[in-house]
Amino acid sequence: MAHRMRWPCADPSNLWGNAREGSNVQTGITPGPAAQSQDRATRDRAREDPPARDRDAEDTPAVLVSGVSRSYPGRDRVQVQALADISLHAAANELLAVVGPSGCGKTTLLELICGLQSCEAGSIECAPAALMPQRDMLLPWLSALDNAALALRVARVPRAEARTRAGELFAELGLAGFEQARPYELSGGMRQRVAFVRTLLSGKPLLCLDEPFGALDAITRAEMHTWLTDALRREPRTVLLVTHDVEEAVVLADRVAVLSARPGRVVAELEVGLERPRSRTDPDVVALRERALIALGAGSTR
Amino acid sequence: MRRRALHALPAIALVAVLLGVWESYVDLGSVDRLILPAPHEVGTALWQNAGFLASNLKPTAEEVVLGILLALGSGFALAVAIHLSPVLRRAVYPLAVGSQAVPIAVIAVLLIFWWGFGILPKLVVITLICFFPVLVTTVDGLASVDPELLKLLRTFDASRWQAFRFAELPAALPAAISGARIALTVAVIGAYIAESQTATTGAYAGLGHEIDADLTALQTSRAYAAAVVLFVFAITCFYTLALAERRLAPWAHRSRGDTR
Repeated sequence: MAHRMRWPCADPSNLWGNAREGSNVQTGITPGPAAQSQDRATRDRAREDPPARDRDAEDTPAVLVSGVSRSYPGRDRVQVQALADISLHAAANELLAVVGPSGCGKTTLLELICGLQSCEAGSIECAPAALMPQRDMLLPWLSALDNAALALRVARVPRAEARTRAGELFAELGLAGFEQARPYELSGGMRQRVAFVRTLLSGKPLLCLDEPFGALDAITRAEMHTWLTDALRREPRTVLLVTHDVEEAVVLADRVAVLSARPGRVVAELEVGLERPRSRTDPDVVALRERALIALGAGSTR
Repeated sequence: MRRRALHALPAIALVAVLLGVWESYVDLGSVDRLILPAPHEVGTALWQNAGFLASNLKPTAEEVVLGILLALGSGFALAVAIHLSPVLRRAVYPLAVGSQAVPIAVIAVLLIFWWGFGILPKLVVITLICFFPVLVTTVDGLASVDPELLKLLRTFDASRWQAFRFAELPAALPAAISGARIALTVAVIGAYIAESQTATTGAYAGLGHEIDADLTALQTSRAYAAAVVLFVFAITCFYTLALAERRLAPWAHRSRGDTR
């Protein structure tokens, strides 16, 4: 079973540091003690053999976070506890929304799952994950198509082939006609769509979306919800959606995990189980939203 | 074309006002004409010595253009090395800063001893003076890449080299060209320093050399005419580079809202 290399630091200058100690982030599912990290070859092999999602979708979770804690040094050398003994899981091709108040460690959780940080306690077992940050991070010197193809280019797919594959997804997901546009020519919603396609094309079975629509206006956000629902119907993936928008979580997710204020732990888990596409005004959606809000309120005033 | 002429109008008007003030200052007899010639005398000198000045501009222009290219190359390469290696940064950066304080006269003789009277020692002087702005802006440009972007690339399994190639290098390009624009204005002064500090053989030794000779011979108006040529040359180079930047890094203007 392939194990993930560890990147122990949040400091970006150390993202490519030479730390190769033991990791407690593990790809694939082999429950047990923290895995030892392997060399690069192992990681590359993991990239070539995407886990057979559908086969073991029923019984094995795609993400299993068990008792994870993480703190970081705050002001005056006081350790700030970002996450305390948090546990959650997501099944393959499930969309798990993680909602919580600001500063409850949601982003830290995603970075742990993506292997950008390491946990102090507990373990994470998950499929290889790709990140989609809140800001689109499109490269201004590339066209929309080339931006979407970035992960393929990084994976050393020849440029022409990368563009062809990105172009196919553009057509499928309603982005046709915007291939040659530069990021600054696109609206905020379009940029997020391109950013999502870029994450999708990384080929990772697990997508970590960090407040992807947080910077958009309400109307565009509602459009994006419809679009994302459709995109995931066409291109199923396991998705971890971090958001502070409870309504967004209920409209999009299969399940909603509500986190408490810092240090973040799961205070409630709601099964959504409604037909898609969902309407914000659907009484069931409204009722679930209220339940989530109550859980959120209870968690933050603890 | 007409719009462009309108665009240049403020600069032309300002030059006209400055020339007027200068002319009346000299005409009122405030200063000896051997110290400061009037603009019309400079104009006459410019007209009468056009061929001579043009012949002297040629070697100077060569020095400036080659020097700026060398400075761009060496400044960029050093910036990349410093960016990728913290150890090198600690070792080299203080020296690079210090190198800007060394008076060229101190090393001029050594440069002549090594490379003779040709163009090479002059290029070394200009490069030494000009690489620094390129170095500083490029180092900043490389470091300006959003950490979120690097994290994103990391989750795509990008290697350190790929992060550099896909994100940092293109981001640093407009910064390097900005540095070159700053360096360019210094390069013209650098060429003057190089020519006056390192001797030259041949009929046309460059404008810097010529200015020194004219000042000594009290041919002040021709020295001023040569300075005017350098003045126009520097402006031309600056806007040529700005044009190149628009071609090479069109996105940079969008985000900065920069105009000329």
